[in-house]
Amino acid sequence: MDESVVQDVLGLYEEKIDKSDLSAKEKSALKKSLKDRYTNMYYDCGEAIGVIAAQSISEPATQTTLRSYHRAAGIGLNITQGLPRILEIFDARKEPVTPAMKIYLQKEFNTKEKAIKIAASIKETNLKHIMTLDSLDLGNMTVEVELDKKLIEKLSIEPDKIVSAVKRKIKNLNGSIEGNKIIFEINKDKVTVKDLQTLRFKLREVHVKGIKGITHCIVEKTSNEFVLYTLGSNLIKVSKIEGIDISRMKSNNIFEIVETLGIEAARTTIVSEITDTLRGQGVDTDVRHLLLVADTMTQSGDIQAIGRYGLSGSKSSVLARANFEETIKHLVDAAVHGLSDELNGIVENVMIGKTARVGTGLVEVVMKTQETPVKVVKEKKE
Amino acid sequence: MTIGAIYLNDDEIKNHVLVPKHEILNAKDKDAVLKKYNITVEQLPKILKEDAAIKSFGVKTGDVVKITRKSVTAGISTYFRTVI
Repeated sequence: MDESVVQDVLGLYEEKIDKSDLSAKEKSALKKSLKDRYTNMYYDCGEAIGVIAAQSISEPATQTTLRSYHRAAGIGLNITQGLPRILEIFDARKEPVTPAMKIYLQKEFNTKEKAIKIAASIKETNLKHIMTLDSLDLGNMTVEVELDKKLIEKLSIEPDKIVSAVKRKIKNLNGSIEGNKIIFEINKDKVTVKDLQTLRFKLREVHVKGIKGITHCIVEKTSNEFVLYTLGSNLIKVSKIEGIDISRMKSNNIFEIVETLGIEAARTTIVSEITDTLRGQGVDTDVRHLLLVADTMTQSGDIQAIGRYGLSGSKSSVLARANFEETIKHLVDAAVHGLSDELNGIVENVMIGKTARVGTGLVEVVMKTQETPVKVVKEKKE
Repeated sequence: MTIGAIYLNDDEIKNHVLVPKHEILNAKDKDAVLKKYNITVEQLPKILKEDAAIKSFGVKTGDVVKITRKSVTAGISTYFRTVI
Protein backbone atom coordinates (compact mmCIF):
# COMPACT_ATOMS: atom_id res chain seq x y z
CA MET A 1 0.00 0.00 0.00
CA ASP A 2 1.02 3.56 -0.56
CA GLU A 3 2.88 5.36 2.18
CA SER A 4 0.62 8.32 1.40
CA VAL A 5 -2.46 6.39 2.57
CA VAL A 6 -0.86 5.74 5.91
CA GLN A 7 -0.04 9.41 6.18
CA ASP A 8 -3.64 10.34 5.30
CA VAL A 9 -5.05 8.15 8.02
CA LEU A 10 -2.56 9.28 10.60
CA GLY A 11 -3.24 12.84 9.55
CA LEU A 12 -6.74 12.47 10.96
CA TYR A 13 -5.30 11.93 14.41
CA GLU A 14 -2.12 13.94 14.13
CA GLU A 15 -3.83 17.22 14.88
CA LYS A 16 -5.53 15.86 17.97
CA ILE A 17 -2.29 14.40 19.21
CA ASP A 18 -0.44 17.67 18.62
CA LYS A 19 -3.06 19.64 20.54
CA SER A 20 -3.08 17.31 23.53
CA ASP A 21 -0.95 18.09 26.56
CA LEU A 22 1.35 15.11 26.23
CA SER A 23 5.09 15.57 26.28
CA ALA A 24 6.96 15.57 23.00
CA LYS A 25 8.37 12.13 23.70
CA GLU A 26 4.95 10.69 24.45
CA LYS A 27 3.54 12.29 21.33
CA SER A 28 6.07 10.71 19.03
CA ALA A 29 5.69 7.37 20.80
CA LEU A 30 1.92 7.53 20.33
CA LYS A 31 2.29 8.37 16.67
CA LYS A 32 4.70 5.52 16.17
CA SER A 33 2.45 3.00 17.87
CA LEU A 34 -0.51 4.22 15.79
CA LYS A 35 1.48 3.80 12.63
CA ASP A 36 2.65 0.35 13.67
CA ARG A 37 -0.87 -0.69 14.46
CA TYR A 38 -2.09 0.45 11.10
CA THR A 39 0.70 -1.18 9.12
CA ASN A 40 0.29 -4.38 11.13
CA MET A 41 -3.26 -4.65 9.83
CA TYR A 42 -2.09 -5.01 6.23
CA TYR A 43 -2.70 -8.27 4.50
CA ASP A 44 0.44 -9.95 3.26
CA CYS A 45 0.97 -10.23 -0.45
CA GLY A 46 -0.78 -13.32 -1.76
CA GLU A 47 -3.17 -13.68 1.16
CA ALA A 48 -6.48 -15.27 0.11
CA ILE A 49 -8.56 -12.32 1.27
CA GLY A 50 -11.73 -13.52 -0.46
CA VAL A 51 -11.78 -16.72 1.55
CA ILE A 52 -11.12 -14.83 4.76
CA ALA A 53 -13.93 -12.39 3.95
CA ALA A 54 -16.31 -15.24 3.15
CA GLN A 55 -15.61 -16.97 6.44
CA SER A 56 -15.68 -13.77 8.45
CA ILE A 57 -19.17 -13.05 7.19
CA SER A 58 -20.67 -16.52 7.03
CA GLU A 59 -19.56 -17.79 10.40
CA PRO A 60 -21.33 -15.03 12.35
CA ALA A 61 -24.23 -15.21 9.90
CA THR A 62 -24.98 -18.73 11.13
CA GLN A 63 -25.54 -17.25 14.56
CA THR A 64 -28.08 -14.69 13.46
CA THR A 65 -31.77 -15.35 13.73
CA LEU A 66 -33.27 -17.45 11.01
CA ARG A 67 -36.73 -16.11 10.62
CA SER A 68 -37.54 -13.24 12.87
CA TYR A 69 -38.70 -9.73 12.34
CA HIS A 70 -37.48 -6.62 13.92
CA ARG A 71 -39.87 -3.90 14.90
CA ALA A 72 -38.30 -0.72 13.67
CA ALA A 73 -39.29 2.46 15.42
CA GLY A 74 -41.54 0.71 17.87
CA ILE A 75 -44.79 0.50 15.95
CA GLY A 76 -45.90 -1.40 12.95
CA LEU A 77 -42.93 -1.73 10.67
CA ASN A 78 -41.71 -5.29 10.32
CA ILE A 79 -38.49 -5.25 8.36
CA THR A 80 -36.66 -8.42 7.39
CA GLN A 81 -33.63 -8.94 9.58
CA GLY A 82 -31.00 -11.51 10.25
CA LEU A 83 -30.07 -14.29 7.87
CA PRO A 84 -32.95 -13.83 5.40
CA ARG A 85 -31.92 -10.23 4.84
CA ILE A 86 -28.24 -11.11 4.42
CA LEU A 87 -29.15 -13.76 1.84
CA GLU A 88 -31.37 -11.26 0.08
CA ILE A 89 -28.48 -8.83 -0.34
CA PHE A 90 -25.88 -11.38 -1.41
CA ASP A 91 -28.30 -13.06 -3.83
CA ALA A 92 -29.07 -9.62 -5.31
CA ARG A 93 -32.82 -10.15 -5.32
CA LYS A 94 -34.58 -7.60 -7.49
CA GLU A 95 -37.06 -6.66 -4.78
CA PRO A 96 -36.51 -7.11 -1.05
CA VAL A 97 -39.30 -8.82 0.88
CA THR A 98 -39.80 -5.66 2.88
CA PRO A 99 -38.60 -2.64 0.93
CA ALA A 100 -38.21 0.30 3.26
CA MET A 101 -37.10 3.89 3.18
CA LYS A 102 -35.67 6.33 5.64
CA ILE A 103 -36.56 9.91 4.84
CA TYR A 104 -35.15 13.05 6.38
CA LEU A 105 -36.83 16.43 6.18
CA GLN A 106 -35.56 19.83 5.22
CA LYS A 107 -34.80 22.18 8.08
CA GLU A 108 -37.83 24.40 7.68
CA PHE A 109 -40.14 21.37 7.62
CA ASN A 110 -38.71 19.88 10.76
CA THR A 111 -41.68 20.26 13.07
CA LYS A 112 -44.06 17.62 14.35
CA GLU A 113 -47.10 18.94 12.46
CA LYS A 114 -45.32 19.27 9.14
CA ALA A 115 -43.68 15.87 9.52
CA ILE A 116 -47.05 14.25 10.11
CA LYS A 117 -48.50 16.07 7.13
CA ILE A 118 -45.68 14.90 4.86
CA ALA A 119 -46.08 11.36 6.18
CA ALA A 120 -49.76 11.52 5.27
CA SER A 121 -48.95 12.61 1.74
CA ILE A 122 -46.46 9.77 1.31
CA LYS A 123 -48.54 6.91 2.67
CA GLU A 124 -50.73 5.20 0.11
CA THR A 125 -54.37 5.93 0.92
CA ASN A 126 -57.13 4.00 -0.79
CA LEU A 127 -60.83 4.66 -0.42
CA LYS A 128 -61.11 1.67 1.91
CA HIS A 129 -58.78 3.31 4.39
CA ILE A 130 -60.88 6.43 4.81
CA MET A 131 -64.42 5.05 4.80
CA THR A 132 -66.42 3.64 7.63
CA LEU A 133 -69.10 1.85 5.63
CA ASP A 134 -70.02 1.04 2.05
CA SER A 135 -73.47 -0.29 1.25
CA LEU A 136 -75.74 -1.00 -1.71
CA ASP A 137 -78.92 0.99 -2.07
CA LEU A 138 -81.09 -1.47 -4.00
CA GLY A 139 -84.03 0.94 -4.20
CA ASN A 140 -82.12 3.56 -6.22
CA MET A 141 -79.53 1.07 -7.51
CA THR A 142 -76.58 3.06 -6.13
CA VAL A 143 -73.56 2.45 -3.94
CA GLU A 144 -73.22 4.57 -0.84
CA VAL A 145 -69.86 5.22 0.73
CA GLU A 146 -69.71 6.73 4.18
CA LEU A 147 -66.49 8.60 4.87
CA ASP A 148 -64.58 8.78 8.10
CA LYS A 149 -64.91 12.47 8.74
CA LYS A 150 -62.17 12.80 11.32
CA LEU A 151 -59.69 10.88 9.22
CA ILE A 152 -60.19 12.82 6.00
CA GLU A 153 -59.80 16.05 7.92
CA LYS A 154 -56.60 14.77 9.44
CA LEU A 155 -55.27 13.74 6.04
CA SER A 156 -56.71 16.92 4.47
CA ILE A 157 -58.53 15.12 1.68
CA GLU A 158 -61.50 16.87 0.11
CA PRO A 159 -64.53 14.80 -0.89
CA ASP A 160 -64.47 16.43 -4.38
CA LYS A 161 -61.02 15.02 -4.93
CA ILE A 162 -62.21 11.55 -3.97
CA VAL A 163 -65.00 11.74 -6.55
CA SER A 164 -62.65 12.88 -9.30
CA ALA A 165 -60.10 10.20 -8.35
CA VAL A 166 -62.82 7.57 -8.59
CA LYS A 167 -64.02 8.92 -11.93
CA ARG A 168 -60.53 8.74 -13.34
CA LYS A 169 -60.25 5.11 -12.32
CA ILE A 170 -63.75 3.81 -13.12
CA LYS A 171 -65.56 4.91 -16.25
CA ASN A 172 -69.31 5.62 -16.66
CA LEU A 173 -69.89 6.71 -13.13
CA ASN A 174 -71.63 9.58 -11.41
CA GLY A 175 -70.78 10.63 -7.91
CA SER A 176 -72.63 13.09 -5.70
CA ILE A 177 -71.71 14.26 -2.25
CA GLU A 178 -74.35 14.28 0.43
CA GLY A 179 -72.96 15.37 3.76
CA ASN A 180 -70.79 12.58 5.00
CA LYS A 181 -71.70 10.21 2.20
CA ILE A 182 -70.77 9.86 -1.43
CA ILE A 183 -73.35 8.22 -3.64
CA PHE A 184 -72.13 6.52 -6.80
CA GLU A 185 -74.42 5.79 -9.68
CA ILE A 186 -73.67 3.76 -12.80
CA ASN A 187 -74.50 5.39 -16.15
CA LYS A 188 -76.25 2.42 -17.70
CA ASP A 189 -79.81 1.56 -18.68
CA LYS A 190 -80.15 -1.64 -16.76
CA VAL A 191 -78.08 -1.86 -13.63
CA THR A 192 -77.97 -5.27 -12.00
CA VAL A 193 -77.14 -6.06 -8.43
CA LYS A 194 -74.03 -7.84 -9.68
CA ASP A 195 -72.82 -4.58 -11.27
CA LEU A 196 -73.23 -2.84 -7.95
CA GLN A 197 -71.35 -5.56 -6.12
CA THR A 198 -68.37 -5.32 -8.50
CA LEU A 199 -68.43 -1.54 -8.24
CA ARG A 200 -68.37 -1.73 -4.49
CA PHE A 201 -65.20 -3.84 -4.50
CA LYS A 202 -63.58 -1.71 -7.16
CA LEU A 203 -64.31 1.45 -5.16
CA ARG A 204 -62.48 0.11 -2.13
CA GLU A 205 -59.24 -0.12 -4.08
CA VAL A 206 -59.35 3.36 -5.62
CA HIS A 207 -56.15 5.22 -4.92
CA VAL A 208 -56.92 8.58 -3.36
CA LYS A 209 -53.72 9.98 -1.98
CA GLY A 210 -50.05 9.22 -1.42
CA ILE A 211 -47.56 7.06 -3.27
CA LYS A 212 -48.54 3.65 -4.50
CA GLY A 213 -46.66 0.82 -2.84
CA ILE A 214 -45.86 2.68 0.37
CA THR A 215 -48.12 0.97 2.81
CA HIS A 216 -46.84 2.49 6.03
CA CYS A 217 -45.19 5.74 6.91
CA ILE A 218 -44.39 6.61 10.47
CA VAL A 219 -42.73 9.59 12.06
CA GLU A 220 -40.05 9.18 14.64
CA LYS A 221 -38.14 11.77 16.55
CA THR A 222 -34.44 11.26 16.82
CA SER A 223 -32.32 13.40 19.12
CA ASN A 224 -32.61 16.54 16.99
CA GLU A 225 -34.96 15.95 14.08
CA PHE A 226 -37.96 14.07 12.80
CA VAL A 227 -37.35 11.09 10.55
CA LEU A 228 -39.91 9.22 8.46
CA TYR A 229 -39.72 5.45 8.11
CA THR A 230 -41.71 3.86 5.36
CA LEU A 231 -42.61 0.36 4.32
CA GLY A 232 -42.44 0.24 0.56
CA SER A 233 -39.99 2.19 -1.50
CA ASN A 234 -40.14 4.66 -4.36
CA LEU A 235 -37.21 7.06 -4.42
CA ILE A 236 -38.27 9.11 -7.41
CA LYS A 237 -41.85 9.75 -6.34
CA VAL A 238 -40.87 10.54 -2.78
CA SER A 239 -38.29 13.03 -4.07
CA LYS A 240 -41.08 15.05 -5.71
CA ILE A 241 -42.80 15.69 -2.38
CA GLU A 242 -42.19 19.08 -0.87
CA GLY A 243 -40.10 19.25 2.26
CA ILE A 244 -38.08 16.07 1.72
CA ASP A 245 -34.33 16.31 2.08
CA ILE A 246 -33.48 14.59 -1.19
CA SER A 247 -29.78 14.41 -0.49
CA ARG A 248 -30.29 12.14 2.51
CA MET A 249 -33.21 9.88 1.58
CA LYS A 250 -32.30 6.21 1.66
CA SER A 251 -33.85 2.99 0.51
CA ASN A 252 -32.95 -0.63 1.18
CA ASN A 253 -33.85 -1.63 -2.36
CA ILE A 254 -30.42 -1.86 -3.93
CA PHE A 255 -31.63 -2.18 -7.51
CA GLU A 256 -33.70 0.95 -7.14
CA ILE A 257 -30.60 2.75 -5.88
CA VAL A 258 -28.60 1.63 -8.94
CA GLU A 259 -31.24 2.98 -11.26
CA THR A 260 -31.68 6.32 -9.57
CA LEU A 261 -28.28 7.09 -8.04
CA GLY A 262 -25.75 4.89 -9.80
CA ILE A 263 -23.46 2.01 -8.98
CA GLU A 264 -21.33 3.77 -6.38
CA ALA A 265 -24.37 4.63 -4.30
CA ALA A 266 -25.42 0.99 -4.54
CA ARG A 267 -22.06 -0.12 -3.28
CA THR A 268 -22.35 2.18 -0.27
CA THR A 269 -25.83 0.85 0.37
CA ILE A 270 -24.73 -2.79 0.20
CA VAL A 271 -22.06 -2.11 2.81
CA SER A 272 -24.35 -0.16 5.12
CA GLU A 273 -27.22 -2.65 4.77
CA ILE A 274 -25.07 -5.66 5.64
CA THR A 275 -23.36 -3.77 8.45
CA ASP A 276 -26.71 -2.71 9.89
CA THR A 277 -28.15 -6.20 9.61
CA LEU A 278 -25.16 -7.78 11.30
CA ARG A 279 -25.00 -5.09 13.98
CA GLY A 280 -28.69 -5.61 14.66
CA GLN A 281 -27.85 -9.20 15.48
CA GLY A 282 -24.96 -8.24 17.70
CA VAL A 283 -22.29 -9.38 15.24
CA ASP A 284 -19.30 -7.16 14.71
CA THR A 285 -17.68 -8.14 11.42
CA ASP A 286 -14.83 -5.97 10.25
CA VAL A 287 -16.11 -3.57 7.63
CA ARG A 288 -13.22 -4.30 5.28
CA HIS A 289 -14.59 -7.74 4.50
CA LEU A 290 -17.87 -6.15 3.53
CA LEU A 291 -16.10 -3.53 1.44
CA LEU A 292 -14.37 -6.29 -0.49
CA VAL A 293 -17.65 -8.10 -1.10
CA ALA A 294 -19.42 -4.91 -2.16
CA ASP A 295 -16.60 -3.96 -4.51
CA THR A 296 -16.73 -7.40 -6.09
CA MET A 297 -20.50 -7.35 -6.44
CA THR A 298 -20.43 -4.00 -8.21
CA GLN A 299 -17.30 -4.41 -10.32
CA SER A 300 -19.19 -5.20 -13.53
CA GLY A 301 -21.05 -1.88 -13.37
CA ASP A 302 -24.24 -3.62 -12.33
CA ILE A 303 -25.15 -5.61 -9.23
CA GLN A 304 -23.99 -9.21 -9.47
CA ALA A 305 -25.22 -11.82 -7.07
CA ILE A 306 -22.79 -14.08 -5.30
CA GLY A 307 -23.83 -17.47 -6.59
CA ARG A 308 -24.52 -19.62 -9.60
CA TYR A 309 -25.96 -16.89 -11.79
CA GLY A 310 -23.68 -14.16 -10.55
CA LEU A 311 -20.04 -14.07 -9.64
CA SER A 312 -19.33 -17.80 -9.37
CA GLY A 313 -20.98 -18.33 -12.74
CA SER A 314 -18.87 -15.69 -14.42
CA LYS A 315 -15.45 -16.95 -13.33
CA SER A 316 -13.12 -17.29 -16.23
CA SER A 317 -11.83 -20.73 -15.31
CA VAL A 318 -13.86 -23.70 -16.55
CA LEU A 319 -12.75 -26.03 -13.79
CA ALA A 320 -13.57 -23.48 -11.10
CA ARG A 321 -17.09 -23.14 -12.42
CA ALA A 322 -17.48 -26.90 -12.78
CA ASN A 323 -16.28 -27.30 -9.22
CA PHE A 324 -18.93 -24.93 -7.89
CA GLU A 325 -22.27 -26.04 -9.33
CA GLU A 326 -23.68 -27.67 -12.45
CA THR A 327 -20.47 -29.60 -13.12
CA ILE A 328 -21.62 -31.48 -16.23
CA LYS A 329 -23.07 -28.42 -17.94
CA HIS A 330 -19.82 -26.49 -17.65
CA LEU A 331 -17.58 -29.37 -18.70
CA VAL A 332 -19.73 -30.21 -21.73
CA ASP A 333 -19.82 -26.55 -22.70
CA ALA A 334 -16.07 -26.32 -22.46
CA ALA A 335 -15.61 -29.47 -24.51
CA VAL A 336 -17.98 -28.29 -27.22
CA HIS A 337 -16.34 -24.89 -27.53
CA GLY A 338 -12.79 -26.12 -27.06
CA LEU A 339 -12.00 -23.92 -24.07
CA SER A 340 -8.75 -24.08 -22.19
CA ASP A 341 -7.95 -23.50 -18.53
CA GLU A 342 -4.92 -21.57 -17.37
CA LEU A 343 -4.93 -23.27 -13.95
CA ASN A 344 -4.38 -20.01 -12.13
CA GLY A 345 -7.02 -20.34 -9.45
CA ILE A 346 -7.07 -22.26 -6.20
CA VAL A 347 -9.64 -24.96 -6.95
CA GLU A 348 -8.06 -25.88 -10.25
CA ASN A 349 -4.74 -26.44 -8.58
CA VAL A 350 -6.29 -28.43 -5.75
CA MET A 351 -7.92 -30.66 -8.37
CA ILE A 352 -4.69 -31.49 -10.15
CA GLY A 353 -2.66 -31.64 -6.96
CA LYS A 354 -0.38 -28.69 -7.58
CA THR A 355 0.54 -25.91 -5.21
CA ALA A 356 -2.10 -23.22 -5.51
CA ARG A 357 -0.88 -19.76 -6.33
CA VAL A 358 -1.86 -18.15 -3.05
CA GLY A 359 0.06 -17.25 0.05
CA THR A 360 3.51 -18.77 0.04
CA GLY A 361 2.60 -20.64 -3.14
CA LEU A 362 2.68 -17.36 -4.98
CA VAL A 363 6.46 -17.16 -4.99
CA GLU A 364 8.75 -19.84 -6.25
CA VAL A 365 12.13 -18.98 -4.83
CA VAL A 366 12.63 -17.21 -1.53
CA MET A 367 15.98 -15.80 -0.61
CA LYS A 368 17.00 -14.50 2.76
CA THR A 369 18.19 -11.01 1.98
CA GLN A 370 20.04 -10.71 5.29
CA GLU A 371 22.52 -13.44 4.54
CA THR A 372 25.04 -13.25 1.75
CA PRO A 373 23.16 -14.24 -1.37
CA VAL A 374 26.21 -15.93 -2.95
CA LYS A 375 26.26 -18.65 -0.34
CA VAL A 376 22.59 -19.49 -0.84
CA VAL A 377 22.97 -19.78 -4.58
CA LYS A 378 25.92 -22.11 -4.18
CA GLU A 379 23.98 -24.38 -1.88
CA LYS A 380 21.14 -24.57 -4.34
CA LYS A 381 23.44 -25.57 -7.16
CA GLU A 382 24.86 -28.47 -5.23
CA MET B 1 -37.56 1.18 -15.07
CA THR B 2 -41.06 1.80 -16.30
CA ILE B 3 -41.61 3.97 -19.32
CA GLY B 4 -42.34 7.60 -18.55
CA ALA B 5 -40.71 7.52 -15.13
CA ILE B 6 -39.16 10.77 -14.01
CA TYR B 7 -35.53 10.68 -13.00
CA LEU B 8 -33.80 12.66 -10.35
CA ASN B 9 -32.02 15.67 -11.82
CA ASP B 10 -28.25 15.82 -11.95
CA ASP B 11 -27.79 18.14 -9.00
CA GLU B 12 -29.97 15.95 -6.82
CA ILE B 13 -27.87 12.94 -7.71
CA LYS B 14 -24.57 14.77 -7.30
CA ASN B 15 -25.48 16.15 -3.88
CA HIS B 16 -26.80 12.89 -2.51
CA VAL B 17 -24.92 11.53 0.48
CA LEU B 18 -24.58 8.08 -1.05
CA VAL B 19 -22.99 9.34 -4.27
CA PRO B 20 -19.23 10.00 -4.05
CA LYS B 21 -17.45 12.44 -6.32
CA HIS B 22 -17.06 11.21 -9.90
CA GLU B 23 -14.55 12.78 -12.29
CA ILE B 24 -13.46 11.86 -15.78
CA LEU B 25 -9.71 11.58 -16.19
CA ASN B 26 -7.99 13.22 -19.13
CA ALA B 27 -5.74 11.15 -21.37
CA LYS B 28 -2.60 12.01 -19.45
CA ASP B 29 -4.00 11.13 -16.03
CA LYS B 30 -5.54 7.97 -17.43
CA ASP B 31 -2.19 6.77 -18.72
CA ALA B 32 -0.58 7.61 -15.41
CA VAL B 33 -3.14 5.50 -13.54
CA LEU B 34 -2.76 2.55 -15.89
CA LYS B 35 1.00 2.77 -15.65
CA LYS B 36 0.96 3.05 -11.88
CA TYR B 37 -1.00 -0.18 -11.43
CA ASN B 38 0.56 -1.82 -14.51
CA ILE B 39 -2.79 -2.82 -16.04
CA THR B 40 -4.86 -2.32 -19.17
CA VAL B 41 -8.17 -0.45 -19.23
CA GLU B 42 -10.16 -3.71 -19.42
CA GLN B 43 -8.81 -4.84 -16.07
CA LEU B 44 -10.35 -1.94 -14.19
CA PRO B 45 -13.80 -2.30 -12.58
CA LYS B 46 -16.60 -1.13 -14.84
CA ILE B 47 -19.24 1.55 -14.78
CA LEU B 48 -22.09 1.74 -17.27
CA LYS B 49 -22.24 4.63 -19.71
CA GLU B 50 -25.83 5.31 -18.65
CA ASP B 51 -25.06 5.13 -14.93
CA ALA B 52 -27.08 7.79 -13.13
CA ALA B 53 -24.04 9.43 -11.55
CA ILE B 54 -22.15 9.99 -14.81
CA LYS B 55 -24.80 10.18 -17.51
CA SER B 56 -24.64 13.98 -17.58
CA PHE B 57 -20.87 13.99 -18.24
CA GLY B 58 -21.17 12.82 -21.82
CA VAL B 59 -18.67 10.01 -21.41
CA LYS B 60 -17.63 7.52 -24.07
CA THR B 61 -16.61 3.90 -23.84
CA GLY B 62 -13.05 3.48 -22.63
CA ASP B 63 -12.94 6.59 -20.47
CA VAL B 64 -11.73 6.20 -16.93
CA VAL B 65 -13.75 7.67 -14.09
CA LYS B 66 -12.01 8.61 -10.87
CA ILE B 67 -14.16 8.15 -7.81
CA THR B 68 -13.20 9.82 -4.57
CA ARG B 69 -14.88 7.98 -1.76
CA LYS B 70 -15.11 8.70 1.91
CA SER B 71 -13.77 5.57 3.45
CA VAL B 72 -14.38 4.26 6.94
CA THR B 73 -10.93 2.76 7.13
CA ALA B 74 -8.73 5.12 5.15
CA GLY B 75 -10.30 8.56 5.40
CA ILE B 76 -10.47 9.28 1.70
CA SER B 77 -9.88 6.61 -0.91
CA THR B 78 -9.77 6.79 -4.68
CA TYR B 79 -11.18 4.18 -6.99
CA PHE B 80 -11.15 3.90 -10.75
CA ARG B 81 -13.79 2.54 -13.06
CA THR B 82 -13.73 2.27 -16.80
CA VAL B 83 -16.80 3.24 -18.80
CA ILE B 84 -18.50 0.48 -20.78
